[in-house]
Amino acid sequence: MNAPTGASVVIVGGGATGLSAGWWLARAGVDVVALDKGIVGWEASGRNGGGCSHHFSPLFREEQLLWPQMDALLGYPTEFQPNRIRIAFDAAQLALYAGAKRNAERQGFATDLLGPREVRELVPLAGDDAIGGYFYRFGGHANPHRTVQAYAWAMQDHGGQVLQHTAVEGFARTGNRVTAVRTGRGTIGCDHVVLAAGPQTGRLARLLEVDVPMVAARAEMIVTEPLPLMPIGGVDGNGLYGRQTLRGNLAYGGGPHEWLDEPAAARPSTPLMGNIAGRLARLFPRAAHARVIRSWAGIIENTPDGRPVIERLTSPENVVVATLSSIGFGLSPATGHAIRDLVVDGACGFADLSSFRLDRFARLEKDWVEIQGWRGSVSRKATGLDEG
Amino acid sequence: MTVRDPVSIAGKTLAVAEQTELLVIGAGPAGLAAALEATRLGLKVVLVDENPVPAEEMGEDIPHLFGGRMSGAVRNRAAMTDAFIASDPAIAAAFDAGVDLRLGTLCWGVFANGPAVGWLPGPVAGLADAERSWMIGATQVIVCAGRRDMGLAFPGWELPGVMGMVAAEHLARRYGALDVRDAVVLGSTPEALDGARRLRDAGVRIAAMLELAPAPVDPAAIDCGIELLCGHVVRRVEGVDGVQRLIVAPREAPSREREIPCDTVILGVGTVPVIELLDAAGCGVAFAPERGGHVPVLDAGQRTTLSHLLAAGDCVGVWPAKSREAEIARAEGRCAARSAAVALGRAVSDVAPADDLPLPLREGAGGRGSSRGRIETPHGGTPPPAPLPQGEGENGRDLAAYRLDWVRATVIEAAGAPYVCRCEEVTAHDILEVRPPRYLGSQTDQRNRRDLVSLLGEGAPNPDLVKRLTRAGMGVCQGRRCREQVACLLALGAGVDLAAVPLATHRAPARPLPLRLAAQPESPEMAAHWDTWFGMESQYAPFWDAPRHHVAAERPVRGKAVPE
Repeated sequence: MNAPTGASVVIVGGGATGLSAGWWLARAGVDVVALDKGIVGWEASGRNGGGCSHHFSPLFREEQLLWPQMDALLGYPTEFQPNRIRIAFDAAQLALYAGAKRNAERQGFATDLLGPREVRELVPLAGDDAIGGYFYRFGGHANPHRTVQAYAWAMQDHGGQVLQHTAVEGFARTGNRVTAVRTGRGTIGCDHVVLAAGPQTGRLARLLEVDVPMVAARAEMIVTEPLPLMPIGGVDGNGLYGRQTLRGNLAYGGGPHEWLDEPAAARPSTPLMGNIAGRLARLFPRAAHARVIRSWAGIIENTPDGRPVIERLTSPENVVVATLSSIGFGLSPATGHAIRDLVVDGACGFADLSSFRLDRFARLEKDWVEIQGWRGSVSRKATGLDEG
Repeated sequence: MTVRDPVSIAGKTLAVAEQTELLVIGAGPAGLAAALEATRLGLKVVLVDENPVPAEEMGEDIPHLFGGRMSGAVRNRAAMTDAFIASDPAIAAAFDAGVDLRLGTLCWGVFANGPAVGWLPGPVAGLADAERSWMIGATQVIVCAGRRDMGLAFPGWELPGVMGMVAAEHLARRYGALDVRDAVVLGSTPEALDGARRLRDAGVRIAAMLELAPAPVDPAAIDCGIELLCGHVVRRVEGVDGVQRLIVAPREAPSREREIPCDTVILGVGTVPVIELLDAAGCGVAFAPERGGHVPVLDAGQRTTLSHLLAAGDCVGVWPAKSREAEIARAEGRCAARSAAVALGRAVSDVAPADDLPLPLREGAGGRGSSRGRIETPHGGTPPPAPLPQGEGENGRDLAAYRLDWVRATVIEAAGAPYVCRCEEVTAHDILEVRPPRYLGSQTDQRNRRDLVSLLGEGAPNPDLVKRLTRAGMGVCQGRRCREQVACLLALGAGVDLAAVPLATHRAPARPLPLRLAAQPESPEMAAHWDTWFGMESQYAPFWDAPRHHVAAERPVRGKAVPE
């Protein structure tokens, strides 16, 4: 397949955010193409806990509205399962987790406090040292890989195009507008551009003389062999996030992230795998025999305050920038809707995105990375690679 | 003063239990020779080997396709250890030479700092025995992980009694624990033929050798005293509680079935270098059919594209002469040991003398300077290993075509729908049509019918994408039974060369590792900042509380509270 010479909307980034936006635009009848430098869902979208319970976000209501419908809307399975449980091992953790309850209640979603016996009933793999927890009557979890592919296929079903192995090299501008995206496979003329390239978003925005402050980081996950299904697969706690997949595997991540000065390739993972395993064995003592069969790392980006940037720029005025600041998968059904609104209508019609505006960084210090301690520890000298 | 994000990995220490100059993984001919040579050169060496593998794991085809054909002897761990030691005099020699040789100890990962990792104290490896796992620091690491069998699906291949030739020889030669009376060997490669002869010498009756092609790959199979069925295809195996007969038919007349009574079917179609640890560590890997598949890119000193990592023995390539003469693997091991010694600053007068490495790798495959390994350019940016000298690898030239043909005739055209991936129960057609797994209950949903072309629209299908969607290769055997078959299926389905199909990524741990065994100690500073995410107050504060501006110096700093 040759790259098209033009499209109404060119989306840069084939992750959950970009492909959800592509699907929303395609089903609205917009001529849209999504580009990825590699294969879809390879970076942050392929390495996350699959959680769909973001009670602190202005997109929370839309996230909750959409997830239960996503299989039907997309026409492909996402493995979405409702509800979530969070286990506490001490009173401090239990008190802390109450924040989620307050946020959700304010927006009309209920949470139940669980005693230790209820935790053990609901979470058969849990042990005796959990003092309690919360049952969220909202949220849930889905399979990130399957969902990202579902977005891509559903987008194609509505006439959109997905081009993999297509790296963006630059943009053509006329006045205050981007008129084309230059790629390794030719130039694609466009009316609108969406930048949703995860850790690459900052670099790409700089090509448009727009500063989207962000730093990339590496985080790790592990997966065990399948175990009998628990009634609720989405169980967090003990510093871990993750889920039991519908196949039965425990897929969990957590632990200290590593800041990177450049968003390098994700591989390899590190012995942090052993620390995650230890934490998981404590979270689920009755699964301590389960064998780890994979570990992996992913590269994710964060803005200085950890909140997303989703905004239609004023210059160039036909560009939407979207970085979810490391919490993008679960919100992606809603994010795609918001991006569609920004592209087509110029404003989001269902949520207040003012906390996502880029100008909140107008007073950000030039050396904010140093001030926040986000400088990476990778030195070229210590890479273990030969200097040829 | 540098401010350090306390929640990040910066400044956290990894618990490293012990330190050595050289770690050698695998005590086969190459690993033993490497350890002995390194010891002779004055290096501090630790040599580990996973054998004897616990009987329960052997029952799950870990690490070889044993097909349940182990005798009861494998339950006696002490006897297995003794048998393993007795199977190669070099093991006793290594003990005598003072090599720190640890049996029953597996390596599950080799790690070092790189483009995306900077927190490790240096190269480290994860080791595990039956009781615990721990990290060992090693300035240099030589991987000598050996060879394994390519799996091949046909109806009934999950029955006890379908096993691999490498597995059969391993049980017979290392343990004297092969429980087979009458076997049929599939394939006529030199490895299959030599294995069949050795098994026959060990008392196994070889009922027949079966070859799909009109003539055997190794012409010596014609007069070897074993019935040779060329131009025949496997239809199925049948039996109760295990293989009792193999049903075959002429390829051109599949309905003319013939029954061969046997208790075992031995797969000798493909012998594959074991590169799990090497690939997971991130060194350059390239497809080299004359070496049996994907192998690490090496220079003339057995060095990979990573400066701490070397490789020797069957894991860098399998070819007929090497299968027949262990001295080739030993020479590679000694060469690697000398390279490691040089890297460790030892004066080595006889670095890789020409007469010590009579075969391949002499010409220096892909200079170190010209390659960055797979970290920067996965599967594409590394030069292929050096071609083998004239006369070697003759059989390897057509390896891709040979394996594709077996998979087409046996797996795709199978009368039933055997699971290619047995762990996750995925058939060839599930893979070719990229169907969602059965547990989703949407197998018959027409909307889910896609094909390989619709995955990419162009180019070779990526096995990592296919495995995420179909789950083929995602099971507890970690793809050892299905990996090569899936690659063949993707090449056939997309109509591309086998060499064009990217290598599905390997991940640590290289062996399934129980959570309680994998657990590593947490330093206090790590435990104090173990967060579910980035530990930023502002990230989880509800949007209605978001301040108008973010200023780094005024940002809310975490107190005792751990954000979610």
